[in-house]
Amino acid sequence: MSNLFDLLVAGLATGAIYALVAVGFTLLWQTSQTINFAQGEFVMLPAFLMLAAMHVGAPFWLAIILGILLSMILLGLAFKILLVDPMMRHGVLPLAIATMALAIGIKEAVKQFFSAEASPFPSIVPTGDISILGHAVSLQSIGVLVVAILAVFGLTTLLNRTSLGHQMQAAAQNPTVARIIGVPVERMILLTFLINAFLVALASLLITPIYLAKFSSGEVLGQAAFIAAIVGGFNQVRGAIAGGLLIGVLDNLAASYVSTQYRAAVPLVFLIVVILFRPQGLLGRPEERTV
Amino acid sequence: MKSTLLAGALLAFAAAAGAHAQAIKLADVAELSGGGATVGTNWKNGIDLAIEEINAKGGVLGRKLEVTHADSQSNPGVARAQVQKALDAEPYVLLGPGYSGSVKVTAPLAAEAGIAQIMGGEAAELTQAGNKFLFRTSFGQQSSMPKVAKYIHDEMKAKSVAVVWVNNDFGRGGRDVVVKELERLGCKVVADLSTEAGQADFAADVGKIKAANPDAVFVYLNEEESARILKELKRQGVTAPLMGETTLIGQKVIELAGDAANGARGHVGLTTDAPVDLIKGFRDRFSKKYNYVPDHNGLKGYLAVYMVKATTEKMGKIDSRAFADALHGLTIKAADEPGILMDVTFDANGDIDRQSFLVEVVEGKQVVKQVLPKMK
Repeated sequence: MSNLFDLLVAGLATGAIYALVAVGFTLLWQTSQTINFAQGEFVMLPAFLMLAAMHVGAPFWLAIILGILLSMILLGLAFKILLVDPMMRHGVLPLAIATMALAIGIKEAVKQFFSAEASPFPSIVPTGDISILGHAVSLQSIGVLVVAILAVFGLTTLLNRTSLGHQMQAAAQNPTVARIIGVPVERMILLTFLINAFLVALASLLITPIYLAKFSSGEVLGQAAFIAAIVGGFNQVRGAIAGGLLIGVLDNLAASYVSTQYRAAVPLVFLIVVILFRPQGLLGRPEERTV
Repeated sequence: MKSTLLAGALLAFAAAAGAHAQAIKLADVAELSGGGATVGTNWKNGIDLAIEEINAKGGVLGRKLEVTHADSQSNPGVARAQVQKALDAEPYVLLGPGYSGSVKVTAPLAAEAGIAQIMGGEAAELTQAGNKFLFRTSFGQQSSMPKVAKYIHDEMKAKSVAVVWVNNDFGRGGRDVVVKELERLGCKVVADLSTEAGQADFAADVGKIKAANPDAVFVYLNEEESARILKELKRQGVTAPLMGETTLIGQKVIELAGDAANGARGHVGLTTDAPVDLIKGFRDRFSKKYNYVPDHNGLKGYLAVYMVKATTEKMGKIDSRAFADALHGLTIKAADEPGILMDVTFDANGDIDRQSFLVEVVEGKQVVKQVLPKMK
């Protein structure tokens, strides 16, 4: 029983990080029909940007700020202007393939300029335990959960409660009408790219102390977040959140109660089941965009 | 005119061949690039240092040593091609590779050519296939794991042990030997956990260890995974003592795991931190020549060349065919051949018996806590 509780906490903490990454997936899809297969590498890269900043002497807090800013410039602005915009007019599929190429490019570049070996990465949450309902729970897990929940809460508030958020939603739902009523659609799309870059940088900051900074660490994350987004519903932010948490917990329970060898297979089997019986995802709506 | 030219060419060829016959040719195939580059580069530098020392003192039986290095790119397929090429040049002895997987596919080639192969691999199975030409420079798992099990039983006084291992040839080989030895000594294996190479998340595995509540945990993973599980063990507050092998307490693991590595213990066959004067001397000479402190692979390469020297001098002749026979059962004493660094005995399979060390990580540093004696 205590084991189950530990597994749930650890699973929720990992799942919250998947959720951050999955939310970014759905945002890009909804506003610009971009399926970003480099999303995992987008999570890997900011950690290296922060490490690079620390290498040249910046303290950790400054490195975090620089890392997030650089990520927003590179993975938000530059990604949109240099890759998405030119590829977009050729359709969804060429763009998706271009992002796969980008993933390989980012990985190889990090390997080339940094190292093929893993590097340690400091944690923003101190190690240690606190007691919850008589169970020792690690501060790191709690910290990850809290930061991720705050980020998601902030994002949903922005989308649902502010004029900016409403404009973004309008731009996503019907760009033509949005343009007619004066919503700056292009700027709204750019904004979602910047938000995605911020979310992946945040995920990077949370996950890298556990997974270590390594050029290949995006592969697992990208796949998990992709599955999470589809399971939850690719066109719903709340679906991506639920999917992320679900996959995180499922992965940990599978590793513990099924077997470590099959842990990666269980979420995939789950994905197949969801696609067969509820193709729009658990919380998704049947696609209304293409009507 | 034509015949003069031909005669000249023949003469030049004969002169070149004559000069070549003076030197004893060794061939090295190692992981000079790719994932094993650290392993192979240390190994190569160790070889070069030993050859430089030996040649400076007049060589072996009056003849200089000469080595050619080839790159296996850390790839068994490439290693096989490079070894075939090296064997075609009929070297006196073949050195390398360092990776067990590469040794496994190249050992039959050397055996077929009847040339002794001194290598760096540590997988148990390598010397169990009846190959009469293969020799280790370090412990195989069948030599190190009994020492590990004995330490867990005698010194850690553990009655129950959790064993975590990586699901590949290396991990499975070590796991099989250690579990057998632990059970023979009466320790109960309460959790037997296989993990995947490259695994990032160890929360579930550590959860199982916690649930099993063992007296000690034996961790047998590669370096990066070792660092990740050490962090997770600390995160989930597992307090049972941790025991491993070289891969649990290596410098890279300490760097990656930080605080979480403190207190971890490991059995180490070769370490440049060993409290042995000859090893300290080696470490100084190596660091002076290459400007960095070698890992155990540097030691292995160095020892391989001194194995060639000691065996050849024992035979009193340079005979590639008789070399393997002479090395089987041979004991080389450091008092007679300082380059061998520690007394060592080779058995009929090419496995070695030598003293080894019990290392603990104390405040981010490897500290040798105990010298474990030679078995025989």
